[in-house]
Amino acid sequence: MKPAALGASATVVLSLAVTAFAWFFLRVQSQGAIALLIALAVAAFVLVARAKPLRLDAAPERLTGGLAIAGVATLALLLREDDFSLLLVARVLIVIVACLGLNVQFGYAGVVNFAGASFFGIGGYTAAVLSRSTGMPHLLTLLCGGAAAALSGTVLLLPVLRTRGHYAALVTIAFALLFRTFLEVNDTLGGPQGLKIPELSIGPWHFNDPVAIGWFEGSFYLRYVLLALLLAVLFFALVQRLERSFIGIAFDAVRLDETAARSFGLDVARWKIAAFTLGNFITGVAGALSAFLIGFIAPNSYSFAESLILVSILLLGGIGNPWGLSLATAIVILLPEKLQVIQEYRFLLFAAMVIVILLFRPAGLIPRPLRRLAGSGARP
Amino acid sequence: MTAQLLSCRALTRRFGGLVALDGLDLTVEKGSVLGLIGPNGSGKTTFFNVLTGIFPASAGEIRFDGAEVTNSSPQGIYRIGIARTFQRSRLCLPLSIFDNLMVGNHRHLPHGLWFNLVRREALRRKVEKSFAAARDLLHIFDPKLSERLLEPAAGIPMIDRRRVEVCRALISRPKLLLLDEPSAGMTHDETLRLMDDILKVQQQLELTIVLIEHEMSVIGRITQRCVVLNYGRKIAEGTFAEVSRDALVRQAYLGLE
Repeated sequence: MKPAALGASATVVLSLAVTAFAWFFLRVQSQGAIALLIALAVAAFVLVARAKPLRLDAAPERLTGGLAIAGVATLALLLREDDFSLLLVARVLIVIVACLGLNVQFGYAGVVNFAGASFFGIGGYTAAVLSRSTGMPHLLTLLCGGAAAALSGTVLLLPVLRTRGHYAALVTIAFALLFRTFLEVNDTLGGPQGLKIPELSIGPWHFNDPVAIGWFEGSFYLRYVLLALLLAVLFFALVQRLERSFIGIAFDAVRLDETAARSFGLDVARWKIAAFTLGNFITGVAGALSAFLIGFIAPNSYSFAESLILVSILLLGGIGNPWGLSLATAIVILLPEKLQVIQEYRFLLFAAMVIVILLFRPAGLIPRPLRRLAGSGARP
Repeated sequence: MTAQLLSCRALTRRFGGLVALDGLDLTVEKGSVLGLIGPNGSGKTTFFNVLTGIFPASAGEIRFDGAEVTNSSPQGIYRIGIARTFQRSRLCLPLSIFDNLMVGNHRHLPHGLWFNLVRREALRRKVEKSFAAARDLLHIFDPKLSERLLEPAAGIPMIDRRRVEVCRALISRPKLLLLDEPSAGMTHDETLRLMDDILKVQQQLELTIVLIEHEMSVIGRITQRCVVLNYGRKIAEGTFAEVSRDALVRQAYLGLE
C-alpha cells in the first residue's frame, strides 16, 4: 500500500478507537476502571508512537481534521444527557482555543506568556460586564472579550519589547499576580464573590434550554459543545494557516535568532507584539465563552497557577503543534476530574508530567513537524 | 574612475575604554571585491556590525549608494541592499533549508495577514515562485543540495550550511554582500569552491563584496583590493601583493623581529 493510503486507513481506525476510548473514559465512574483505562491509554500511545510503518504522518491532514471533528461530534451525541461529561468536553474544547492563542505567542514567536489565565479572564470579565449591562448581541461580546484581552496585552508589553531576554516573561508574571488581586478588591467586578452572567443566546438559540429536535432530546450543554467545537475548529485552522505562511516563517526566525532576524530586515519588536496581540485575542475569546459556559466568574479561576497549567499544556503537547496541545489539553483537564485521588495533587502531578516529558520526549507528546508550505515542491 | 558604492569616513566604535574601530576611512567601488584582513581582534567583525547597524557608531560617517546611512537600524540597512553572513553559522537549525532562505528574502515577501491567511491561491503561487528561485540559486552552489530544500538545516554538514547561509544573504539580491570569514570550519578546497561559486553569482548580480578572511590564498585570488586592520586602525591598503610586502603588515602578523 502507498504510505498515504496506509496512513489514511490507520488514521480512520485510530480515530474510531480514540472516540470509543473517550466515551468509555467519560462514562466510567469506578476509580479502578479509570486507572486501568489510563494504563491502557499510556500503553497504546507508546505503541502508536513507535509504529513508524503505520505512516500516520503520511495521512492527509484534511482527513485527520475531519475525523477529529466527527469524533468530537459523535462523542457529544453519545453523551447526550450526561451533563457533567458534556461540560468537560466543552471545557476541553475551550481550553484548546486558549492554548492555541498561547501557541502563537510561545510556540511561534517565542514570547513566553505567564499570564494566559489572566487574558482568559479579561475575556471572561469583558463578556460578563457587557452582557449584564448592555443589550449587545452575545456573539459580539465574545469578540469584544478577545479584543479587550488583545488590547490590554499590547499595552502591557509595548514598553518592554525593546529589551532582550526574559523581561517580557517577568512582566507577564507580575501582571498575572496583579490581575487577580485587582479582581478581588474591585467591587464593580464583584470582588472575590465574582459575577453572575446571563444566559448565552445567539439568534434564536437560548443556550440553557434543553435540546429537543424531533425525537432527539439532550442536555443543554450540547449547544455549548457545538459552539466550542466551532470556535476550536475555526481557530485551529487559523493558527495552522498562520504557521504555514510567510508570517509563520517570520515568527520562527524571530524566536530562533533575533540578531539574524534583524539583519534580514525583520522588525523583531513588531513581530513579537503581533504574535502577542493575536494570541491574546484568541485566548480572550475562549475566556468569554468559558464565562458563559459556567454562568459565573470569580477571581479564583484566573490565578497564576492556572496560567502555569496553560504553559505546561504547551510543553506537554509539543510546542508549536496544535495537534499536540489538543491532546495535552484533554489529558490535563480530564485526568484530575475523573481520577479523584489526584484532584488535590494535580499541580504536583502536572509538574511531574512536564519533567518526565522533557526528559524522555523533549519535543512533547506530538512534536512539531517541519513546515511545508503549500506549493513548495512535490511531496516525496 | 568607477563609482563608489560604500564609503566610510573616520568611523569609530568604542566599547568602554577599548577602541575597536579607530577612525577608519574606507571606500568600496561598485562591482569590486574588497578583502578585509588583520590579526584577531583587529576590528574586522566590529566593522561589519557597525556597518549593519547592530552596534551604533561612536563617531564617523557611512555613506552607501550616495545616501548617508550612519546608525541606521539593521532592518534599514538590509532594505537598502546590504546583506551579510555571520562568522559563526546563524542558521535557524530546526527550520528547513527553504524556510531559512525565505528569512533572507524577507523584504520581497508579502507579510499581510489578509494575504497570508485568506488568499491561499495567491500565496501558493508566491511560494512556488520563491521555491523555484531558491532552488535555482542553491543549484549554482551545489546541485545536490538544491534538491534537499525541504530538509531541516540541522541535518546538513558544515560546508552545506555555509552555502545555505551565503544563499540566504544572496537571495534578496543585495547590492553589497558582507562575508564574515566564510572559510571558518571548512577545508581549503571547500573554501576555494565556495569562493568560485560566489564569484559566479557576483557577475550575474553585479554584486559588490567585502570579505573578511584569514585564508590568504583566498584573499589573493579573488580580491582586487585589500584593507589591513590592526587595533581598529587601517595600517595598509592596496592590492594583495602590495599589502603583503608592506612592512607594517608583516609586523602586525608576524611580530617584530
